[in-house]
Amino acid sequence: MFGEFEAFLSILTFVPALGALVIAIFRFTARAEDQAQIDKNSRMVAWVATMVTLALSLILLFSFDQDTAGFQFVHEIEWLSQIGLGYRLGVDGLSVLFVVLTAFLMPLCIMASGAIQKRVADYMIAFLLLETLVIGVFCALDLVVFYIFFEGGLIPMFIIIGVWGGQNRVYAAFKFFLYTLLGSVLMLVAMIYMFLQAGTTDITVLLDHEFARNAQMWMWLAFFASFAVKMPMWPVHTWLPDAHVQAPTAGSVILAGILLKMGGYGFLRFSLPMFPEASDYFAPLVFALSIIAIIYTSLVAFRQTDIKKLIAYSSVAHMGFVTMGLFAMNETGVQGAIFQMISHGFISGALFLCVGVIYDRMHTREIAFYGGLVHRMPVFAVIFGLFTMANVGLPGTSGFVGEIMTMVGAFQVSWWIATGAAVGVILSAMYMLTVYRNVVFGEITNPKLENITDINRMEWAIFIPLIIMTLWLGISSTMVTDITAASVENLINQYQAALPAAAQ
Amino acid sequence: MAPIIVFGPLLASAFAGLFGNYIGHRAAQIVTTATVVLSAILSWIVFFDVTMGGNTYTIQVLQWMSVGDFDVSWAIKIDNLSAVMLVVVNTVSSLVHIYSWGYMSHDPHRARFFSYLSLFTFAMLALVTADNFLQLFFGWEGVGLASYLLIGFWYKKKSANDAAIKAFVTNRVGDFGFALGIMAIFSVFGSVNFETVFSAISNNELVTVAGSTLAVPAQDAALSFFGMSFNAIELIAFLLFIGAMGKSAQFFLHVWLPDAMEGPTPVSALIHAATMVTAGVFLVCRSFEIYELAPAASAVVTVIGAITALFAATVGLAQNDIKRVVAYSTCSQLGYMFFAAGLGLYSAAMFHLFTHAFFKALLFLGCGAVIHGLHDEQDMRKMGGLYKMMPMTWVLMLIGTLALTGVGLPPFTLFGMELGGFGFAGFYSKDMIIEEAFMMGQEGLFFGLPAFWIGVVAALLTSFYSWRLIFMTFHGSFRGKQDDYDHAHDSNWVMTGPLVLLAIGAVFAGAFFKDSFVGKDAFNFWGDALPAGPYAEGNYPEYADGYPGTSEYADVAHATDDHAAPTSDAASDDHATDTHADAGHGEAVADAGHGDEEHHGGHHPPAWVLWAPFIVTWTGFFAAIWFYLVKEGMGARIAARGGPLHSFLSNKWYFDEIYHFIFVRGAKGLGDLFWKIGDVRIIDGWGPNGVAGTTLAFAKRMAKAQSGYLYHYAFVMLIGVVGLLLWAQVSAGGQ
Repeated sequence: MFGEFEAFLSILTFVPALGALVIAIFRFTARAEDQAQIDKNSRMVAWVATMVTLALSLILLFSFDQDTAGFQFVHEIEWLSQIGLGYRLGVDGLSVLFVVLTAFLMPLCIMASGAIQKRVADYMIAFLLLETLVIGVFCALDLVVFYIFFEGGLIPMFIIIGVWGGQNRVYAAFKFFLYTLLGSVLMLVAMIYMFLQAGTTDITVLLDHEFARNAQMWMWLAFFASFAVKMPMWPVHTWLPDAHVQAPTAGSVILAGILLKMGGYGFLRFSLPMFPEASDYFAPLVFALSIIAIIYTSLVAFRQTDIKKLIAYSSVAHMGFVTMGLFAMNETGVQGAIFQMISHGFISGALFLCVGVIYDRMHTREIAFYGGLVHRMPVFAVIFGLFTMANVGLPGTSGFVGEIMTMVGAFQVSWWIATGAAVGVILSAMYMLTVYRNVVFGEITNPKLENITDINRMEWAIFIPLIIMTLWLGISSTMVTDITAASVENLINQYQAALPAAAQ
Repeated sequence: MAPIIVFGPLLASAFAGLFGNYIGHRAAQIVTTATVVLSAILSWIVFFDVTMGGNTYTIQVLQWMSVGDFDVSWAIKIDNLSAVMLVVVNTVSSLVHIYSWGYMSHDPHRARFFSYLSLFTFAMLALVTADNFLQLFFGWEGVGLASYLLIGFWYKKKSANDAAIKAFVTNRVGDFGFALGIMAIFSVFGSVNFETVFSAISNNELVTVAGSTLAVPAQDAALSFFGMSFNAIELIAFLLFIGAMGKSAQFFLHVWLPDAMEGPTPVSALIHAATMVTAGVFLVCRSFEIYELAPAASAVVTVIGAITALFAATVGLAQNDIKRVVAYSTCSQLGYMFFAAGLGLYSAAMFHLFTHAFFKALLFLGCGAVIHGLHDEQDMRKMGGLYKMMPMTWVLMLIGTLALTGVGLPPFTLFGMELGGFGFAGFYSKDMIIEEAFMMGQEGLFFGLPAFWIGVVAALLTSFYSWRLIFMTFHGSFRGKQDDYDHAHDSNWVMTGPLVLLAIGAVFAGAFFKDSFVGKDAFNFWGDALPAGPYAEGNYPEYADGYPGTSEYADVAHATDDHAAPTSDAASDDHATDTHADAGHGEAVADAGHGDEEHHGGHHPPAWVLWAPFIVTWTGFFAAIWFYLVKEGMGARIAARGGPLHSFLSNKWYFDEIYHFIFVRGAKGLGDLFWKIGDVRIIDGWGPNGVAGTTLAFAKRMAKAQSGYLYHYAFVMLIGVVGLLLWAQVSAGGQ
């Protein structure tokens, strides 16, 4: 029903920006003595805006036609059409779930920002703008629009880390910015080249355009530079732990839950369908980097003394499963990779929220500071335990489904890839259970923990949706995979068709 | 009925776990216990329904994953094998639930404890009723989770937490193999459903291995790994067995089981003796179609099983913690089950699993009663002479020990009368494994005879350490504090009642179920779920005369017609002959069903084989009497002298130390290396920080150049001019 309403997707995308605008108007027109009131109201406005977006995204999800591989809800506006540019939005099976994931996590982030007391209105504006930009990335059907959203997302995140971050926030923010920008510049060059070759920036047209083999190689590498940093893949992952450690809780949730997925989505949208020969050629490289990422970062995670850093490294390892599954280029692998991204959005988001819960109370993330929390915070212990197990990939949680699917997919390509990834499954148990033991179990030895309180109502409300999703997807994964099936099948068929055609 | 059996404990667990604080301990206990008891009763009904009525079925519950061909559902598969497991799991679980009312009565976290116990029960039930490998894997990891939670139940203790992590991570190592096995299965057969996979194997259907376009017969499919090509079925069997090694604490991956004794004793009885650790045996039996066609992997199973049986028994000799002795004993008995399974004696392995569940749970709960009665003392060196203070426990432990050591009288003929052939549960099941191993050796199976001898030696050691436990605990003089002795007491009926029921099982389970599991009725009993074994009616007919209770030779034809057929599916196709020649084990069992008698003629075990376990059992008994009763304190003196052999055994062959050095320190070292050198020094050092640093340094140097002195600038200009001129000269001269 909403499919016929052309601007639906644009409205969905820009509702948060509208919210940001409302806050901005109040923020800049209010008198200085009303600032406290403005801060309070801006939380409310942000929450309403994100909830409206969530509602719209659910409408999008339910009116989405699962049997169509092509783009739906397409919205086009003429804009510099003489040179082939245009404002085009649309979703297909590859992207629609990321839109919903973003809309799902955002209200939780707003709710989890209670500890932010400094420049609340600005903070909310940054988050709302970030939401618009991220949703825009997943909906964009034009290179230029995509690039604007993709790079634009950097700015609010940069500000969130740089302004509301921890002690070393400026270093982290710059590292984050430099890394991602460097990749993006190369991507921009490749995009310009694509435009010169194909004469258009329309992604739907570009998807059918066949680039010369040689050109594919260079463009693949340029895009790879950008997406590999975003994922992040080894060895360009070192910005992530710093960014996470310094980011405020909600920033970490968005960073791990959504921003990392932009890299995986980029592979799905550009690298694999547009440069199939190059993807095929470079697949072994991606596999090798994925396996290194899984094992290397798991071992590094094992040695961390900062909980957030540990979870950040664990994220890198889990993203290794995604890249591995994507480049396996079979249904199980690609679907598994998408599933793993969605699932990781819930799980890592929840883990960062768990860290946030104790950080808000004690203002430290040092593992050694804690210990014996179960005595004071039994409910927290259960919730943290659940997500620990989900992160470990225990069957029955969504973490397992993503891991096993990507591994099954990779196994079809080659033994050693799946074997390497499976080593990571052992290691994840090692580091997650160790940190869980050190934080939650044992006696309370630190007197400062004596009066720590268990989670409050607001925190309950944040965790419950995440718990439900993690378990639900763990028990019945078809809700996700049915949506992605048609588009993934189409992607693989086109990919396979492109390979022999070029070989001849 | 089946859904109630499986999901009842889950609901009870959730109920007790979520609302334990609101409804109180008592209600949580009642709900969980009642549910599991109900499950147990229903399981027995299902058991008889299936094994007698042949009423097997599979219920599809929910789609779990569906991606392309990767199609997995939650299901409840009720067949003869899962029915046996249902009975074992639910019976022991319900008795342990009841026992825990007494044992955990002083614990402030009882609700949580019962919630975990029920959660474990659910996971175990999901495991045994799986109809595909992935659900089995779910249950597999689910019981691992429950085990983790229960080992670490007393989370204040560091040792308990460490043991819990060790158990989980070691199991993960096994699961690593299991998961790869599942992936290999999917790559070869395009499915992970038991029915599809097994029928493809036994019918040798054409399969297309992922990555190739050529369809090949299932039994010839190959997977390549590092450039080498392996027979797919062998590889799958081997990988699955790695999983089984982890869960069933077999040699190399056994290290977690003794430490798991940190958990409350009822947990040790339920999870680490009777049910979870037998999951590996169940896995091998469930996939017997795979192992029948994987002679090399089966040989590995046999060897690892035999080594474990022997190794654990030797370590058991030198342990002083009462629970650890029983833990190593469990490890050793699991070794028996595995070498039986490896030799193709699946029904014998399952039979030992079945009887072992009763007597080992009995022994563990008995240990619990001793520990409880002595106020948490576990060191046998501080016990002794307790039979006066806790006679009931003493008798029950004696029964457990008699069953474990397999006391009984082998059949013999005296003055024309057939005598003997009766004993405690272990006599039927363990001696059956030893005997059949000998017969398999006679069949020409390479590892049959070594396995037989190891089985006999391990039986000797079993007898010795078991009686050592009894004597050190209940006899001689008390070596602990007199005060403890005076307060030592038998447990109340909540705890003794389950023990009595288990004792009944330990005495009669063997005699009562022998014919069904491994004897003349085995074809009927197992249906097509498992090969019935050499003593089943129709196999080894000439031997049937010699074995009491299996002499109705007239039934042979009947058995062959009606029941041999399903089990002989694999044998009846074209490849049976090759396989038989190659594998030379399990298939032989099925062959015999077709009356291929002369092939096996005269292969029934000679009398000395039947008497060998009998003799070693009593030898061990008398040796233990000598060391621990007659020369009381001699064992302690040997230990005190600390000879190399004793240190080697009491330190468990130094496995923990070696593993700690290699894996724990290795992981830490690598982690530090990757982090501090790889990430910080190399990647960041050369990457962002390096670039930023270089830029900054360069900029600073450039800034310095702007000194403001005219002669500096003039000098630089001069150098430039000279340089240009030189370049012009050189390039001109070059032409």
